[in-house]
Amino acid sequence: MWEYTEKVLEYFRHPKNVGEIEDATVVAEVGSLACGDALRLYLKLDKNDRIVDAKFTTFGCGSAIASSSALTEMIIGKTLDEARKITDKDIADYLGGLPEAKMHCSVMGREALEAAIAKHRGEKVPDSEEDEGKIVCNCFAITDKKIERVIREHQLTTVEEVTHYTKAGGGCGSCVLEIEDIIRRVRGEMEEEAKEAGKPVPPKKMTNIMKMQKIEEVIANQIRPTLQKDGGDIELIDIDGNTVYVALEGTCASCKVADITLTNFVQEKLREFVSPDLVVQEALY
Amino acid sequence: MEAYLDNNATTKVADEVIEAMLPYFKDKWGNPSSMHTFGGGLMKEVEAAREKIAGLLGAQPAEIVFTSCGTESDNMAIFGTLGAIQDPSKRHIITTKVEHPAVLASARELQRRGYKVTFLGVDGKGRLDLDELRDALKKDTAVVSIMWANNETGVIFPIDEIANITKAAGVPFHVDAVQAVGKIPIDLSKTQVDLLSVSGHKLHTPKGIGILYIRRGTRIRPYLHGGHQEKGRRGGTENVPYIVGLGVAAELAKKNIEIENTKVRKLRDTLEQQIIKAVPNVLINGDTENRLPNTSSLSFEYVEGEAILLRMDEAGIYASSGSACSSGSLEPSHVLRAMKVPYTSAHGSIRLSLSVYNTQEEIDYAVKTIPPIIENLRSISPFWHDYLKGKEIDADKHSGPYTPYS
Repeated sequence: MWEYTEKVLEYFRHPKNVGEIEDATVVAEVGSLACGDALRLYLKLDKNDRIVDAKFTTFGCGSAIASSSALTEMIIGKTLDEARKITDKDIADYLGGLPEAKMHCSVMGREALEAAIAKHRGEKVPDSEEDEGKIVCNCFAITDKKIERVIREHQLTTVEEVTHYTKAGGGCGSCVLEIEDIIRRVRGEMEEEAKEAGKPVPPKKMTNIMKMQKIEEVIANQIRPTLQKDGGDIELIDIDGNTVYVALEGTCASCKVADITLTNFVQEKLREFVSPDLVVQEALY
Repeated sequence: MEAYLDNNATTKVADEVIEAMLPYFKDKWGNPSSMHTFGGGLMKEVEAAREKIAGLLGAQPAEIVFTSCGTESDNMAIFGTLGAIQDPSKRHIITTKVEHPAVLASARELQRRGYKVTFLGVDGKGRLDLDELRDALKKDTAVVSIMWANNETGVIFPIDEIANITKAAGVPFHVDAVQAVGKIPIDLSKTQVDLLSVSGHKLHTPKGIGILYIRRGTRIRPYLHGGHQEKGRRGGTENVPYIVGLGVAAELAKKNIEIENTKVRKLRDTLEQQIIKAVPNVLINGDTENRLPNTSSLSFEYVEGEAILLRMDEAGIYASSGSACSSGSLEPSHVLRAMKVPYTSAHGSIRLSLSVYNTQEEIDYAVKTIPPIIENLRSISPFWHDYLKGKEIDADKHSGPYTPYS
């Protein structure tokens, strides 16, 4: 079973902007039946290339539908240039996060948008075969360029992560070695580039502000409602590096198994949705 | 309203089973191997359960070995048989592409250890070609392992016929009967099957108990090495409460097999037919002529299975999917791929599996609930819109090579 956030479920249950636009300025499609998900994006633009309406149809799982819906909401009202700045991560964040193995759904959203913009402007679709990408994963038709991009953008280090973000390697598995080679090459290049720029290699890390927001969000959406059911509550007191200080309140404060709640529930949730490095401790006044 | 339609995954624990088990947690918690009556006295209850299970299968009690689950039984049957083979040239095993992972993963482990493995294919209805089996049997074949009924489609393989073929070839034959037992009549006294796996929790016991049937005279090495329990065939202190529970479940299964083939079959047929009537572009996966009475695998074209399951879950209907997304894998299930179910429907497959506890009301509820879910998801699907407009759909676009297990 997937641990979807309430927001993902809400967007899956009641997706917004579903349908077709009869007089769309541009229509773009990514994915396919065989791949198991596909997104068709309809954009209506005004004369300044501002997106006045966006609709979608999606074939795919819950998070694919939710990501598509989120995307349309995020881009309506933006100019194409503004919309182009939206990343996969922005889409996932908009939904309160996606399970790691479902990140490819948010990637599909961004790709559809990019394909639409490229089509409208008569450019080549980035990272596609027509953009001189070489197919690495035959099962899902994923190019080396796309793999390289997710490695760079998300600081990926393993084949499994690449599969989560692109599906590449998730079918017959015959391209796994090739993906490993790409990871090695790209990580090497990233290190070189970082050295030249005099900066350390970007680790897979969020800024402190991002981390703090994310932790607050997970506590509010994933943790507090459960504790409140039992008459308890939780408050975020401080974050120091990877240590998260919280105070348990209500019935939780006097609960004999509070320690277990902290490690098995609060810490697990935060590790799952924010970062696996987090340690949760009870704040001592 | 809720409807649990995922009985091929696991089943409700029968009240009778729970009642029968409770004393063995609270009072009679001794070790049946003990010399004192408090523990040792329990051995006769273990043996009574063994007799009941033998009774369900048409076996001798001495041919039943208790294990912890169906997976252990499958592993024990395959690795135990290979362990008992003296001839070092016998390094080939035969199984099918549509087995449960317990057998498939064992076969792949054997490949890593240098065994040759033949994975028999199936046709579009999930049926075996017995000539392919005859051809595959060679002098160096050490064991054949084929399931009685498929967990995803319910397709029943002609085990009696296969057993005659393997017998004539002198090769031990193991059958994973986890889905078949209790749903179709099985009489091992009338077949040539050498080894057969059964899982308790598909028969209304809790998870954690299974058996391996070992025909008298079949050579097998232990898989779990330990004490003298189970006549030295499987070490480990007997799991008395669960064994007692499985005994009761076996009695119930024997009693209920008629209900499975009348009431349950009728409910399944109603469910299937009513859905097909209400929803266009649905395919039944598997051979409907030779199928378990409780199982229906349906493929809805142009929608995706996980999305269907999520919507059903919201409505309180619990089922499974052979689609990729719901399993954490990215490809449709190995069974649907082996059957070469087209991509227009492979990702939109749902398995509905019933038990004797399902009611007409639940089926009516499912029949009422599922069609609008499909309709709604199709209204979101670009391919459904294309289909309605009569546009050509490239179902194989971006399809990789079919590579289940070769």
